Amino acid sequence: MIVASLLRRLPNGLLWAYSVAVFAFLVVPLLVVVPVSFSSGMYLQFPPPGLSLHWYEDYFGDPQWIDATILSLKIALCVVVLAVGIGSLAALVIVRMPFPGIGLVRLILMTPLIVPSVVVAIAVYSVYVTFHLIGSFLGIVLAHTIVALPFTVVLMVAGFQRVDRRLEEASYTMGASVAWTFRHVTLPILRPSIFAAAIFAFIASWDEIIMVIFIGGGAGTTLPLRMFNYLRTEINPTIAAVSTLLLVFAIVAFATAETVRMRGNARRAARGGAS
Amino acid sequence: MGMVMRPGDGRWMRLLPFILVGPSLALILLLFLYPLLRLVAESFLDPTPGIENYVAVVTDPTLWQIIETTLAIGTECTVVTLVLAYPVSYLLSRLPRSRANLLMMFVLLPFWTSLLVRMYAWMVLLGRHGIINEAIIGLGLSDKPFPLLYNRFAVVVGMSHFLLPFMVLSLYSTMIGIDRSLIEAASCMGSTFRQTFRRIYLPLSLPGVYAGCLLVFILAMGFYITPALLGSPQETTISVYIQQQIQQLNWGEGTAMAVVLVAIVIGLFAIYDRLLGFDRLFRDVGAR
Repeated sequence: MIVASLLRRLPNGLLWAYSVAVFAFLVVPLLVVVPVSFSSGMYLQFPPPGLSLHWYEDYFGDPQWIDATILSLKIALCVVVLAVGIGSLAALVIVRMPFPGIGLVRLILMTPLIVPSVVVAIAVYSVYVTFHLIGSFLGIVLAHTIVALPFTVVLMVAGFQRVDRRLEEASYTMGASVAWTFRHVTLPILRPSIFAAAIFAFIASWDEIIMVIFIGGGAGTTLPLRMFNYLRTEINPTIAAVSTLLLVFAIVAFATAETVRMRGNARRAARGGAS
Repeated sequence: MGMVMRPGDGRWMRLLPFILVGPSLALILLLFLYPLLRLVAESFLDPTPGIENYVAVVTDPTLWQIIETTLAIGTECTVVTLVLAYPVSYLLSRLPRSRANLLMMFVLLPFWTSLLVRMYAWMVLLGRHGIINEAIIGLGLSDKPFPLLYNRFAVVVGMSHFLLPFMVLSLYSTMIGIDRSLIEAASCMGSTFRQTFRRIYLPLSLPGVYAGCLLVFILAMGFYITPALLGSPQETTISVYIQQQIQQLNWGEGTAMAVVLVAIVIGLFAIYDRLLGFDRLFRDVGAR
């Protein structure tokens, strides 16, 4: 009897074992950078011969790494403002004021996502060569906004679709202005979507590498570009320190986003799913 | 401040949609789509007018090889991710929603991690003195390191690692929609697990399989970073080739290959749209 019940459970056990192995394949490779970054060895050695913060000192002490990090941050923040701003306006039109041909507009705004990134990059590059935008701050911000825009448009379209227009109409009926209604009725409902769009835009820019391989460089060397150049030429554990910091950053961002999402879900559930 | 507008304000309101959508549209059209059209023209004009760049794509064995390599790597990644993702998605779809969401974090965490961090991680794992080789030698399984990095194996592993979440999400969004009572009914009526799976579950999960495979294959077509960093010259994909040609200012050859790549991807997206509908793409990736 015990054998029979074990046999019946075996497929389930195998399924779990297989799944745990796949989860490990997804996550463990990300974590290997952590022990390497604390190694006292001069090159890649595993297990590390000893512990040290040497590679973190290298990172924080090297103006090139710090400048690249600050540049990437500045660019990403500009891209968030720009892509969420113009993307929200486009989404507003798509949901609220569709005109004949809006389907085509929507498709056009999605093209940077459909066309492979190297092709997007060489198209932008060909313009930047003419207008001397290579390596410029403005150039990278605009290029990254192209990459981020499809995400912000999709998320904000979904956001506007969630807004119950009867709430706004009720506000108008009671004499509120468009601006007041937007500020106090529409915006609170849109807030989670704006937050999600901002995060996507930030990540799209912060991690963007293919575009900057073409249009970056020199004063426009972002953190991913510096990492890419580094990985092509030398691999010393400084990049492990950078990677560990980026990994921690990603986990914190991910956890924040998940918490906000779950809190939103809980609130919606508490309202009895009336939306 | 005198302009308080209300819904339905005449002429100004009619122009408003165009003004609001203008900045987005201008950005994409001026910096991306118009230059893209110019590149298409360039592929027929550089270095001399004619279709010689395209003749080269078809007749030059090296270029043909590059297209073949790209398609083959894409196929391998699709198979690997499907085999890895199907059982996992099946398990996730049967778990209570809250637990599935918790486990889904493992699937989504790589999404949030910088691509270059992942590339470096694979270099640390697969390198000559990498963790895997050190372990193999340390355990006495071999006295020489295996060539795991800078080859096809590394490229397929690295790309599959990147693409796996897309496959899981595509499968999962179909599988949570499968009516469990059908499966229970079948087993009540005495069908074995294998029969139930083959006759009922598998056919019902096929839309997810198609969606996942097409999405992974499409994404794999455009890969540049992974083959460039984890591969050797033998793993030159279409994207890597395009980048090399443009960097050497061979605009004609580079742009012709870009047109070929875009044609492949748009063709595949058209199939996706026909089979599954384009809207599904965003639903899948945003599933949960």
